[in-house]
Amino acid sequence: MDPIVILQAGVASGTVLLFATLGEVLAERSGVLNLGVEGMMLIGAMTAFSVTIATGNPWIGVLAAMVVAGLLSQIHAFIAITLHADQVVSGLALTLVGAGISLVLGEGLSKAGTVALMPSFSIPLLSLIPILGPIFFTNHSVLVYIGYLMTPLAWYYINHTRPGLHLRAVGEYPSAADALGINVYRLRYAYVFVGGMLAGLGGATISLAVAPGWFSELTTGGQGWIAVGLVIFAQWDPIRAAIGSYAFGALRRLILDIQGPLTLLGFDNPFYYNAYLGFFLQMIPYAFTVIVLVIGSRESMRKRLGAPAALGVPYIRGERGK
Amino acid sequence: MAESSLKKSGGRLRVKIEPRLDEPSGKESLLISLGAVAVALILGGVVIAVVGGNPFASYLHIARAAFGSVGVLSDTIVKATPIILTALACTIAFRMKLWNIGAEGQFIMGAWGASAIVLAPALAPESPRWMFIPLMALAGMGMGALWGLIPGYLKAKFNVNEIISSLMLNYIAVSWVNYWIFGVWSEGGFQMSPKFPVNASLPRLSDYAATIPFLRGLTTHAGLLFGIAAAILLWFIVYRSRWGYEIRLIGDNPHAAKYAGVNIVKNTILVMALSGALAGLGGMSEVSGVVRRLQTAPINAGYGFTGIIVAWLAKLNPLAIIVVSILFGALILAGREIQPSGIPKMIQGIILVCLIASDFLLRYRVRLVKGEEE
Repeated sequence: MDPIVILQAGVASGTVLLFATLGEVLAERSGVLNLGVEGMMLIGAMTAFSVTIATGNPWIGVLAAMVVAGLLSQIHAFIAITLHADQVVSGLALTLVGAGISLVLGEGLSKAGTVALMPSFSIPLLSLIPILGPIFFTNHSVLVYIGYLMTPLAWYYINHTRPGLHLRAVGEYPSAADALGINVYRLRYAYVFVGGMLAGLGGATISLAVAPGWFSELTTGGQGWIAVGLVIFAQWDPIRAAIGSYAFGALRRLILDIQGPLTLLGFDNPFYYNAYLGFFLQMIPYAFTVIVLVIGSRESMRKRLGAPAALGVPYIRGERGK
Repeated sequence: MAESSLKKSGGRLRVKIEPRLDEPSGKESLLISLGAVAVALILGGVVIAVVGGNPFASYLHIARAAFGSVGVLSDTIVKATPIILTALACTIAFRMKLWNIGAEGQFIMGAWGASAIVLAPALAPESPRWMFIPLMALAGMGMGALWGLIPGYLKAKFNVNEIISSLMLNYIAVSWVNYWIFGVWSEGGFQMSPKFPVNASLPRLSDYAATIPFLRGLTTHAGLLFGIAAAILLWFIVYRSRWGYEIRLIGDNPHAAKYAGVNIVKNTILVMALSGALAGLGGMSEVSGVVRRLQTAPINAGYGFTGIIVAWLAKLNPLAIIVVSILFGALILAGREIQPSGIPKMIQGIILVCLIASDFLLRYRVRLVKGEEE
C-alpha cells in the first residue's frame, strides 16, 4: 500500500487508456463516433502478442498491432462515412467483429508462454526528482514515455496547427470546411484510421508491457468502453484525457493493493478478512466511469461546451444543413 | 448528389447512387437482409479458411447440430428462448433510439433476482409452483427493470450517454452475482448456488414424458411461452397503442415529438425500465428453466449482445424476432463444438456489419448508367 508504488503502476496501466482515449478524441473531433474501441484494442493486443511470438521483436509486434487495428477501423469508416449509416450500431458491430476475429486468430495464444516485451528503463536525472521521479520516470516501459510525448503533441496539433484547424472544422461544420476546399470524407477516413491505430497501440501496451499475455476477452476487460467514457469526461481535450487515464490506472492498482494489508487506517482490513468483498472492489472502475460521465455531462451542459457539433452526423455532400 | 464517393471509374458504365423517394417494399427489404447474411457467411467462411478450418464443414455441422433431429431442435429452441427476450428488450429501446447495450447486465440481474426468491429464501422450498414461478418472474423483471432504470434516469436527467452507462452496469452485475455465489450462496465452496427445488423450476417438455413418451429427453421449457407472450404484447404496444406511437415518434423525430407534447423524460425512463424488465425476465427463464441454480458462466454467455443483432436483423419487429432468435440459437448451440471457439461470435459480428452496410440499399438506389459525366 505504498502510494508511490500505486501511482507508478497507475501511470503504467493508465497508458493503455491514454492511447485509446487520445485516438477516440481525434476520431470524434473529426465528427465520427467510433464505439468499436474495445474491439480494436482486442485485435491490437492479440496481433501484438502473436506477431512478437512469430518475429521475436516486440517493436514489430506493436507496429503490426497499430496497422491491423487501423485497418479494422476502416470498416467502421466505410459504413459511417461512405454509406452514411448509423454510427452507434456500426461501432458496436465493430466491437463484436474485433472481439470475434481476435478470439478466432488468438486461439491457443494464451498457452504461448513468455515473449520479449517492450524495453523498460529509467530516465537519467529526471528519475532523481523526489516523488515525481519514482512515479513518472523510473522503470517504465518505453510506451509510457511515448504516452508523455504524445499528449502535449496531440493538444498542440489540435489547437495550434493548420491541419488541426482543418480537423476541428470537419467535426464542427463540415459543409463550411468543404466549401473551403477541405476534403471532408478523406480527413474523416484518416482520423478514424489514426484512432484505430492508437486503440491498437493501447491493446499492444497491455499484451506487451502492462499485463503481458493474451487472455481472450479478459485482456481488455472493458477498458475500450472506459476509454469511450473518458472522452466525454475529457471534453475532447488531450490533456484532460491524460489526467483521467492516469487517475483510472491508479484506481485499478489501488483496488488490487487494498486487499493486501491486515489493517486499514488502524482498523481491521475488511477486504483482507472477507475476500468476497473484493468483488465490490472490482465494480469500482465501472461505477467510477458512470460517475465520471455524470460529472462530464453536467459540466458540458452548464458550460454549453462539449461534443463536436457534427459528432455522429454523416456528412452528405450537396445536402442542405450542416 | 452522393455518387462521388462510390464512383467506379474506368469503364463506360458508371455506378449512380440516388436517394430513394419511396419506402422499399417488405419483400425487397427481406431480400436485402438475406443477401447481407449470405455475404456475412461468405466472409466468415473466408476467415475460417484462413485459420485453417473448412468453412463448408463448419456450416454443415452447424445446420446438422441445430436442426438435425427433434432432440437438437428442442435444444436450439432452449438457446433461442433467452435471445427472444433480450432481443425484445433491445427492440423497444432501439425504437426510441435509446441504445440500451446493457441487456446483458439486466439479464444477469434478472437471474439474480429470481434466484434470491429461492435462496434468500423468500419462499419455503416446499412452496407450490404457482407461488414460486410468478414471484420469481416478478423479482427477475424487477431487478432487470432497476438495472435499465439507472441508465434511463441518468440519460433523462443529466444527458449521460446511455450506451456507456448501461455497458458499465454489465460488468457491475457480473461482480454482484459473483459476490453472492462465491460468498453467500456458495454450495460447499463451489462457485454456484445449491440446486433449486423442483417447484422453483419452469416445467420442461420431458417432465410430461410419462404420459407422452415422444417428449422424452426434450429440454424445451416454459420460458419459451414467456418469450412468445412478450413478443405478441410488445407488437401490440409498438404498432397498436398510443404509447407505442409516442415511442416511435420520439425515435424518428424527437423535435416533432416534443412539439406534439410527448414527455420525452418520462418515456426515456419508462422505456429503459421496460427494456430492462424484458431482459430480466429472460434471466429468470434461464436460471429457472435451464440452469436451475445460480451460476455465473451459463448466464453470462452473451445473450444480451446477441439480442442486439437479432433485434436489428428482425428490423425491430417483435414477431420477426422469434424466427431470427431460433436461427441464432442454432448458431450458438452448434457453435459450441466448432473449433476455434470464437467462430460463432465472429460470425455474429460480421452479420451485424453486413446488415448495417446493407441498410444503405434501403435508403439509396444504386443504378448502373451508361454515358458521360452529368
